[in-house]
Amino acid sequence: MQFDRILLSHGSGGRLSQQLIHDVFLKELGNEILDELNDSAVFNVAEGKLAYTTDAYVVSPIFFPGGDIGRLSACGTVNDLSMSGAKPFYLSASFIIEEGLSINDLKTILMSMKQAADEARVKIVCGDTKVVGRGMADKVFITTSGIGLIPDGIDISPRRIRPGDSVILSGTIGDHGIAILSQREGLGFSSDFISDVAPLNHLVASMLDEVGNDIHAMRDPTRGGLATTLNEFAQVANLGMRIYEDKIPVQDNIRGACELLGFDPLYIANEGKLVAIVENVAGDRVLACMKRHPLGINAEIIGEVVEKPEGMVSLVTRIGGTRVIDMMVGDQLPRIC
Amino acid sequence: MRYIDEFCDPGLAKRLVESINRLSDKEIVLMEVCGTHTMAIFKHGIKKLLAPSIRLVSGPGCPVCVTAAQDIDVARWISRQKDVIFTTFGDMIRVPGGASSLERQKGQEGADIRVVYSILDALDIARNNPTKRVVFFGIGFETTAPSIASGIQLASKQGLDNFFVYSCHKLIPPAMKALLESGEVKIDGFICPGHVSTIIGAKPYEFIAEQYHIPCVITGFEPLDILQAILMLVKARESGQVGVEIQYTRAVKHEGNVVAQRILAEVFEPIDAVWRGIGVIPDSGLKIRQEYSRFDALLQFEMPEMSDKSDLSNLSDCICGLILRGIAIPTDCPLFKTVCNTENPVGACMVSLEGTCAAYYKYSP
Repeated sequence: MQFDRILLSHGSGGRLSQQLIHDVFLKELGNEILDELNDSAVFNVAEGKLAYTTDAYVVSPIFFPGGDIGRLSACGTVNDLSMSGAKPFYLSASFIIEEGLSINDLKTILMSMKQAADEARVKIVCGDTKVVGRGMADKVFITTSGIGLIPDGIDISPRRIRPGDSVILSGTIGDHGIAILSQREGLGFSSDFISDVAPLNHLVASMLDEVGNDIHAMRDPTRGGLATTLNEFAQVANLGMRIYEDKIPVQDNIRGACELLGFDPLYIANEGKLVAIVENVAGDRVLACMKRHPLGINAEIIGEVVEKPEGMVSLVTRIGGTRVIDMMVGDQLPRIC
Repeated sequence: MRYIDEFCDPGLAKRLVESINRLSDKEIVLMEVCGTHTMAIFKHGIKKLLAPSIRLVSGPGCPVCVTAAQDIDVARWISRQKDVIFTTFGDMIRVPGGASSLERQKGQEGADIRVVYSILDALDIARNNPTKRVVFFGIGFETTAPSIASGIQLASKQGLDNFFVYSCHKLIPPAMKALLESGEVKIDGFICPGHVSTIIGAKPYEFIAEQYHIPCVITGFEPLDILQAILMLVKARESGQVGVEIQYTRAVKHEGNVVAQRILAEVFEPIDAVWRGIGVIPDSGLKIRQEYSRFDALLQFEMPEMSDKSDLSNLSDCICGLILRGIAIPTDCPLFKTVCNTENPVGACMVSLEGTCAAYYKYSP
């Protein structure tokens, strides 16, 4: 029997669950490890340091310009692994589905997940599905975990940040957050805002190939945006960060939307950007290498690490003034990822 | 980006700053009345570019900050009533009243409080929920009030009988007069609000120049706008030619927006209003006229008598009142950054995006 919506019985573990797993999940995501349907995925790993991460995705709406919750949940975990210098291999994916979700929507989400995993050249090797009653979740929540291998001798950590290091941003900021916001009820924006959600592992691999450990720290500025990421770096390293407003790439439509809504692009979430803190002498080489990659075309050196004031980020404004960039407080845009 | 980039030109900014600093040999105190100016001054780091003799003080021009605790309590009371959907601009939701905020009311008591971006959203909610009473929290100065007035007219035309407005709108020129009358703060020039003036024009400030001999410049919000206005005020002080000038000519006409003024006058009439931290200011609020009284939440809900209307007694140590009057700055406050921050605001000046305390907190070391 064919269903076009998810029922509570799809999560019961019985016949309908089996049908959902075979006809929907395995059909879209299948690979030689997942197809085994063992209680755990079993695979060999090379010797070395492993990186392991997990993240939950509750974005609303689940479909947005430039992506959906499926693409986001694969890219987000790939990116978290990549930021520690790891080469991602395998992901797990758990789904909490609200009764009534259309099976076509679920298929679309799984297809984008698979596509993102293919782009990143990672495999989804294990997973789980639960169904909850109407109103107990909002359409679908996805949790992904991932493991990756850190190449020999690579040590990426904010502890390695030094005064004089260059601060490099891989492209324009604010695209994801504003794309989500533009879809929310009541704003009536025409939707030419497109999320930047993308897997960054190949960009990171080419940066590591170019300069290796001259990359001291990396992070993807998701929730809380660039401002929050730089503050985290400054606090862990107990050093200052000085960035220049006119060097930070922001698309005109994003600037316009932020002006209208009273947001600061520095605090808006990104899902396909990274900030790298790089040994000063290697800055230009890293930048040139990033610009050769499609996800780093708009990369810029946006500032430098300074000794003082410790733990703080300061911005030199367009007109030459300076101001402090604080961590984000509160939550202007809930459920952005 | 057009209309933004031209007004951030670093070369022009440098020349303006040099001209201002060359002319400023004695101390001069300029008040930016509007919260958006306060934010822009901090955001662009303008204070640090100017000679120390130029002091910029913030005024009472943040509608969220000056809303009396009493009014928040009334709003909370309305939101608790049966079958009510209470709609508000996002900023208001966290402002503390006498006992609580709308945010806490929503979280703890499950009141149906919804953030809207425009009164039109509230009208839609009313249309889609005919069995509910939908109340809109009318907050804002002359900039916002005309859109609320036209929303009320629209509701009237469409015969919406489940839509109400709780009007706490306020007017800027009476507050400036009250500040000057109190004599508490020495002001050598006013950076007048750009957005309010798009509606009211230049005339309502003329009494300030004529009776108090203080120059006024209606100012835009980009860095070059603000620097140019400061230069105009410094020059006016220098030359003694005191008047009301418009720097923000790309948006403000001398007569203002006549259509908006007419709609405003059709729906609202001035009334004495309580300003947080300042007290009652004559004719500084807007009451819904008799003709539209069926939309007035104050008349349509049977409200119990609320306590103290003077609202001079905010939380004991919070000095929002002094800050709103330009007498003190946030760093003078014992609560600033110790217990009061943007996550846990004690006073309204810390809540609003345009509040002076929030600006100091966000942008200063």
